[in-house]
Amino acid sequence: MSGTPLLSLAIWVPIFAGLVVLLTGSDRNAPLARMLALFGAVAGLLVTVPLYTGFDMTTPAMQFVELAPWIPRFNINYHLGVDGISMLFVMLNSFITVIVVLAGWQVIDNKVAQYNAGFLIMSGLLNGIFASLDGMLFYVFFEASLIPLYLIIGVWGGPNRVYAAFKFFLFTLMGSLLFLISLIYLFIQSGGSFSILDWHKMPIAMVPQMWIFLAFLVAFAVKVPMWPVHTWLPDAHVEAPTGGSIVLAAIALKLGAYGFLRFSLPITPDASHELSGFIIALSLIAIVYIGLVALVQEDMKKLVAYSSIAHMGFVTLGFFMFSALGMEGALVQMVSHGFIAGAMFYCIGVMYDRVHSRLIVDYGGVVNTMPKFAAFFMLFAMANAGLPATSGFVGEFMVILAAVKFNFWVAFAAASTMIVGAAYTLWMYKRVVFGAVANHHVAELTDINMREFLVLTLLALGALGMGLYPQPFTEVMHSSVNELLRHIAVSKIL
Amino acid sequence: MTLAEMQFVPPDLRLASAEIFMLAMACLILIVDLFVKDKRRTVTYVLTQLTLVGATVVTILMTTGQIVYTFSGMYVGDLMGDLLKVFLYITVMVVLFYSRGYVLDRPQMARGEYYTLTLFATLGMMVMISANHFLTIYIGIELLSLSLYAMVALNRDSVSATEAAMKYFVLGALASGLLLYGMSMIYGATGTLEISGLAERLFSGQANRTILGFGLVFLVSGIAFKLGVVPFHMWIPDVYHGAPTAVTLFIASAPKLAAFAIVMRLLVNGLLVASQDWQLMLLILSVLSMAVGNFAAIAQTNLKRMLAYSAISHMGFMLLGMVTGVVGGDARYALNAYSSSMFYILTYVLTSAGTFGMIMLLARAGFESDEISDFAGLNKRSPWFAAMMMMMMFSLAGIPFFVGFFAKFSVLQAVVAAGYLWLAIAAVFFSLVGAYYYLRVVKVMYFDPPVHTSRIEAPMDVKILMSANGLAVALLGVFPQTLMSLCALSLLRSL
Repeated sequence: MSGTPLLSLAIWVPIFAGLVVLLTGSDRNAPLARMLALFGAVAGLLVTVPLYTGFDMTTPAMQFVELAPWIPRFNINYHLGVDGISMLFVMLNSFITVIVVLAGWQVIDNKVAQYNAGFLIMSGLLNGIFASLDGMLFYVFFEASLIPLYLIIGVWGGPNRVYAAFKFFLFTLMGSLLFLISLIYLFIQSGGSFSILDWHKMPIAMVPQMWIFLAFLVAFAVKVPMWPVHTWLPDAHVEAPTGGSIVLAAIALKLGAYGFLRFSLPITPDASHELSGFIIALSLIAIVYIGLVALVQEDMKKLVAYSSIAHMGFVTLGFFMFSALGMEGALVQMVSHGFIAGAMFYCIGVMYDRVHSRLIVDYGGVVNTMPKFAAFFMLFAMANAGLPATSGFVGEFMVILAAVKFNFWVAFAAASTMIVGAAYTLWMYKRVVFGAVANHHVAELTDINMREFLVLTLLALGALGMGLYPQPFTEVMHSSVNELLRHIAVSKIL
Repeated sequence: MTLAEMQFVPPDLRLASAEIFMLAMACLILIVDLFVKDKRRTVTYVLTQLTLVGATVVTILMTTGQIVYTFSGMYVGDLMGDLLKVFLYITVMVVLFYSRGYVLDRPQMARGEYYTLTLFATLGMMVMISANHFLTIYIGIELLSLSLYAMVALNRDSVSATEAAMKYFVLGALASGLLLYGMSMIYGATGTLEISGLAERLFSGQANRTILGFGLVFLVSGIAFKLGVVPFHMWIPDVYHGAPTAVTLFIASAPKLAAFAIVMRLLVNGLLVASQDWQLMLLILSVLSMAVGNFAAIAQTNLKRMLAYSAISHMGFMLLGMVTGVVGGDARYALNAYSSSMFYILTYVLTSAGTFGMIMLLARAGFESDEISDFAGLNKRSPWFAAMMMMMMFSLAGIPFFVGFFAKFSVLQAVVAAGYLWLAIAAVFFSLVGAYYYLRVVKVMYFDPPVHTSRIEAPMDVKILMSANGLAVALLGVFPQTLMSLCALSLLRSL
């Protein structure tokens, strides 16, 4: 196993598959493009399986490491590796890619090859972000992943897609440019190294730490997204095609949170401690205020988008309490949100494909015509509300437990999401699914087909499995999380 | 100096054999063209391309890797010059290749003069690149500029082209005057016109600093005009827009290499001692260019004009590397900074050639295809070329994995290494502004429905070259190391 460059395969198999799919050309070959894309996505998922089976849970060190010089002029290396934190996201991303290809199977009938290729290439780039141990390599993947999503939103999106695509691209680019300057600054301060692991060990004085932390914060806060730089997300979600929304919610939002763990906390631990109150405050605003904003949404996608922001508030809250419970809870929340938000967007997509509306008022009584679908939708709505036995509960509960130890009032505010979250999700569910059949569109609905059933089952397995038996997910992250906490407890100021 | 000392030393002609070859061939082609009856001027065209191939071979064969002077110190041969020249020949070849169809569609342009003027302009740039003397630089600049004025006006029935040529000529003559005036002042301050001698005089402190300072201001103004940076940029949008696209392509690519060379020759080789002064001037020019170029480009609807403003901002970005070579009298970072600027300019020329080439690929007889809206729905008409154009746009915007990103990165790291953090932040801010209008071109190609539905008709060889150009932008973005170290090596051997 040691000889196979598994991480390289996880990155380049989807990208290569995407290029092959592009070669099928026009829509005359659409069935072939779809089959090839599915094949590529499944192959991409299969190559990540040995990452889990061959993973050594006892060590916090990087595993499956690959190191080769890339640009020796600036000492930039092709340096890959995963620990208990990043490995899960590589797998989640590869899994979601399969879902996305299936989700667009019938709906996308325009430029099919480009659509699928875009997602496959993006999948490879996202795996590259999670697997990079070199700062520049990380940045290059981080920034390059904007291009496919920009095109996906812009080409296959809704009526206001151009605005959403530009807003998405420029917002995230704005954040990442300051991040680039910080990387260059660290490169120079460390005497010419782009290795993230070297930076972890490097002592930095307090003032530069603060600046670096703030520059990182801009980049990652936009990606998470944290209040008040979240405004691009509802626009992007609403306009993106279903597949785009799924990837955005399930993976792209995780990049910011992952950045905190890989960059902010270990490189600038003192600044992180110093500014943790600020981050916690922002997180609570996201949880409480954005939760209330979600309550009044009329568009289902917007509602789930705001609920994503609130859920990501839990993640940042969990990170900045500096306890093992909080951090593991946040990580579980990240993975679980990948399944649940992905599923929620897929469910909305299933209805949108039939009725071509995302507005809650255009629905009502869907359960009468789509009983199987209603059952799945129920499960995911409950999971989104954080019902026990679903994965949504595990992460939130762990974070709230950690918060009680940290400060009662923080925990109180965070726990309010249990009520608000249940309110907006279940109220939407009630208005859409229950009641009398609202109009002839709903009356003409047909229940989900085999393909949709398969997608929903896969996602349900993830959400339920993680809720009932979270140990396989938490045990791989233990030693990495503990090591990270040990690391950031030590001051880096000389 | 006594008569006995004034011996005549015969110059080593071999060092300048590429220039001599170019001159001879240009004259020969001028004569041969008189006897060409063919309206397509195929013979002239092929001979021109062969001349450029020949010059490439000669330059590579004659490379010594050392710094050598000839013509009594008026001419210098070094690795930087050779590298720039080889890139120059390749650029001109590519330019002629792309322009071939465009020129044939426009009878006014399809004359022998187009080719001979191109060769004379190229010769001018070669002279600029290898100049070690103020007068040599001036001769080179004039040879280039006079050829370009004529080329802009080649399509003489076009009002806008004539206007552009007139504007270019008047402002260009003014800039040449400024440059010459600056040179004369520096001569007054130091008593020499030879660039390597100038450095020695300045180093030993035998120069009048006041006059030197005045001279420097004029010199930098002249150079700034040739580079096209704010506030000496007024000619760029009008000339880019008004000139026939084939000529715009030429102006937008090759002369940037020569302009970079004279910045290196005059300011770095000659006036490094005064770097405190000229770095500050370039700093102001650079920030202004990035600001004006990027913001003005947003408002453009004509692609050529937009790319003109984009060129201004890119030259500003390139100058950042020239600003950060010497920090507080410490020239430790010089090699790093200047080689990053060189890498920037080479990759910019590559990308710029591709974008203008794409405009000509879509142009037909009587249709210029230079409005941004002419690119609407290109992805429907030709997914392949839309992808090529997209890669070039993202490269210009500085998004990885395209070479423009590494160009920006290498300049930025030089800026941060020199301690100008605020400058780096300003530069990325303006890049963010710039990303908007490049994204708009991508938006038009991918998100909008097509306006024209005709197939793209271009000869196979142009299509292949266009694809190679686009793929080079991507490939150099994945593997930038070779070109980066080539730039560093050539400067290491030449400074």
